Amino acid sequence: MFSKFHTAVALAAGLALTACATAPEAEDAATPNPFASTYTPRPSIPTLIRGATVFDGNGAEFANADVLMQDGHIAAVGQNLTPPEGAAIIDDGGRFVTPGIIDVHSHLGVYPSPSIEATSDGNEATEPNTAEVWAEHSVWPQDPGFQRAVAGGITTLHILPGSANLFGGRGVTLRPVLGARTVQEMKFPGAPQSLKMACGENPARVYGERNSSPATGMGVVAGYRQAFADAARYRRQLENSENGEGDPPDRSLEMETLAGVLSGDILLQWHCYRADEMANAIEVSHEFGFHIAAFHHAVEAYKIPDLLQRENICAAMWADWWGFKIEAYDGIRENIPFVHQAGACAIVHSDSEVGIQRLNQEAAKALADGRRAGVEISRGQAWTWLSRNPARALHIDEETGTLDVGRRADVVVWSADPLSSYAVAERVYMDGALVFERGGLNERPSDFELGQTYREGAQ
Amino acid sequence: MRVFSALLLALALASPAAAQTVLIRDGHVVTNGAAGVIENGDVLIVNGRISAVGADIAAPRGARVVEAQGRWVTPGAFAAMSEVGLSEISGSGAPNDAAVSGELIAAAAEAGRAFNPGVTAVAVTRMEGVTRAAIAPAETASLFGGRGALVSLGGGPDGVFRQSAFMVVELGEVGASRTGGSRAAMWPAFEAALRDAREYPGRYRSGQGGAVLNEIDAAAVQPFARGQGMFLAHIESAADIRRLISFKRANPGLRFAIHGGAEAWQVADELARADIPVILDPLSNLPDRFERLSARVDNAVLLNRAGVHIAIAPMPGTVDAHQARLVLQLAGNAVANGLPWDVAFAAVSRGPAEIFGVGAQLGRLERNYLADVVIWDGDPLQVMSAPVAVFIDGVEEPLVSRQTRLRDRYNPLTHPRN
Repeated sequence: MFSKFHTAVALAAGLALTACATAPEAEDAATPNPFASTYTPRPSIPTLIRGATVFDGNGAEFANADVLMQDGHIAAVGQNLTPPEGAAIIDDGGRFVTPGIIDVHSHLGVYPSPSIEATSDGNEATEPNTAEVWAEHSVWPQDPGFQRAVAGGITTLHILPGSANLFGGRGVTLRPVLGARTVQEMKFPGAPQSLKMACGENPARVYGERNSSPATGMGVVAGYRQAFADAARYRRQLENSENGEGDPPDRSLEMETLAGVLSGDILLQWHCYRADEMANAIEVSHEFGFHIAAFHHAVEAYKIPDLLQRENICAAMWADWWGFKIEAYDGIRENIPFVHQAGACAIVHSDSEVGIQRLNQEAAKALADGRRAGVEISRGQAWTWLSRNPARALHIDEETGTLDVGRRADVVVWSADPLSSYAVAERVYMDGALVFERGGLNERPSDFELGQTYREGAQ
Repeated sequence: MRVFSALLLALALASPAAAQTVLIRDGHVVTNGAAGVIENGDVLIVNGRISAVGADIAAPRGARVVEAQGRWVTPGAFAAMSEVGLSEISGSGAPNDAAVSGELIAAAAEAGRAFNPGVTAVAVTRMEGVTRAAIAPAETASLFGGRGALVSLGGGPDGVFRQSAFMVVELGEVGASRTGGSRAAMWPAFEAALRDAREYPGRYRSGQGGAVLNEIDAAAVQPFARGQGMFLAHIESAADIRRLISFKRANPGLRFAIHGGAEAWQVADELARADIPVILDPLSNLPDRFERLSARVDNAVLLNRAGVHIAIAPMPGTVDAHQARLVLQLAGNAVANGLPWDVAFAAVSRGPAEIFGVGAQLGRLERNYLADVVIWDGDPLQVMSAPVAVFIDGVEEPLVSRQTRLRDRYNPLTHPRN
């Protein structure tokens, strides 16, 4: 495992050099793809997992099924599969297999451990619109939290700026690559960036206390609208200049992000707790003609599941957080299942370096509470909240999130039903490569932890 | 002081008038005591207390019989640290009695005098099987975090059943930050504060005043400085724990428990010998503070193996007013990482009761114990389980909260929108 790991790093390093060689030429033209992904899957061998209970991520559950991974992809899911020559065969019996968990809301790397003033890198809280900043430029790849997340079955995560601002900046979809030296080595290839926006209390508090706008809900919405109006003009000027009408506008990183939202190239991930504020946000999206990928921390999504379903907006939710501020006061344990019941896209998210390690338990709580309220939900359906639906909200559902043949082989083998408190991820595969094995020798502490009183097996 | 506390306890623990005679029949009864788990066991509740536990108990005349049908029957859970009842909403500038600022009152802050049994979090918490909690202020401006209380989550007017049950003291990173930024100053400051407290009221009446504490705080610290109450020390690192152990050795009259203890596994044997219990968080596995660099997920397992008395609660800095119900999930995760089930369940029931000095009244299903009894639809440490009945002091509590009212108002199955 150790030598394989070095191969992967060497390969990734080679790609990074290649990327540098094609550096930008023109001074004022945007480079097509700055900070491009240099992620390379680790080498893998064909692997057959036999006789497991399988949640396929699409809502189905198969008993006593096999999962075959080959060339980094899902090759087959079914009964009595024949392993290719040289395949590793996992035949533990009684295990559960699922797609890797995808967390759409994490601050790992931007608010890393240890948490001190110098490492609190997730909020550019200097003005309400910082659409120009990118979370990936704050990500510290050595955050020990990435290793803990993998041990909890996470194979993809979306890192967002904080919620101090109306426009917090761009989010990035990462692989939790243990041993990555650069954030580029972690970037999910081809995954679109997002823009983090925030409703409600946080921006109004942060800027209101400075006696600047926004100080109120009114100021918040006005701030959104003026920025998008400006971005629409910027985008028009760009298009006109491409058609030979006039000069292009001066390059503005802030406007590039907002124009990217208007064109649909950048996904909108919107921190918004309250039902009425989500409705206002939807109005803004109609006025300026963009789509909202997901509302995050949508504590009151259960009040407007019809609206979310109609608008095709996902709701990323906690199972049971509530009461820590007034916009979270109406949190109920049935939020996720009620959104699910309405046919809307329900997602379990963490927003926490602790919660990200056991999102399966959060789904389990939501499932159980939903059933008690009369919502019929299967275990397999509950898993869509953890993998397929977040993949949709991040526009990577053609790549991962289910065990469909051809998808990236992002797979977790659980010691028991992962909706049990007692289940742990025993093996985690990313692109078909074993990246974590419980109690195995391939646990790799981050550089930060090396040489401390850390002991083998501690995590 | 001791006599006074005992008297207060006796009064506060008096059974409420509404308690009935209830026989819970045929449960998977977790006694948390010498009888272990009793299959097809019965629990008889009379006047708010457990009257009998065993097999085939005859129902007294007029008793209400509850058929457990093989379900789990356990003592109520005891949140070993919470801010429940200290705020309706903790942030947003809403009133929050867990936050004490300013120089006037720190050690003297008394959580029990702010506890409001009517806040909605109390019902939200008890309907998930948590019937008791230790509460304390979140923080103050001083080394001393204030006096904690033990509360019932029954929602009645006598919710506080022990005032001034413990004194929170910061003896780690936070403590250092309160004393000029260094542990080098923290320990001398703590020692000086104890001297001030022991010499109260003399040095204050003489006009000398305190070296560290004002008169109000000195009076509050005094019983603890005399060993009549327990200091609950927020400590995480192995180095700090060792200093506490030597301090205790030099001051054998003082009583300490640790809350935090992320690196306690490194000094497990020493802690066991020093007889210092640890209230720990089984999810603490990140070096999120420098005092937690060696936090590891099986801390509870290693401490238990060494014979350290443990209880489970969120780590300092994550204790809150709304999610005390999650202590059972914390205990379940300890099981996932190797802690035996009975130890994990005890760590959220009997363990806290014993650490806080009420182990003879709470935490077990045994004769004469207070009748905090929960019937569950499954293993209580499993996240998918929930109570089907909760008794506090022998009174069955409705499984209703503001949250269930919201749920029922918006349930798409009973109120379809289309």
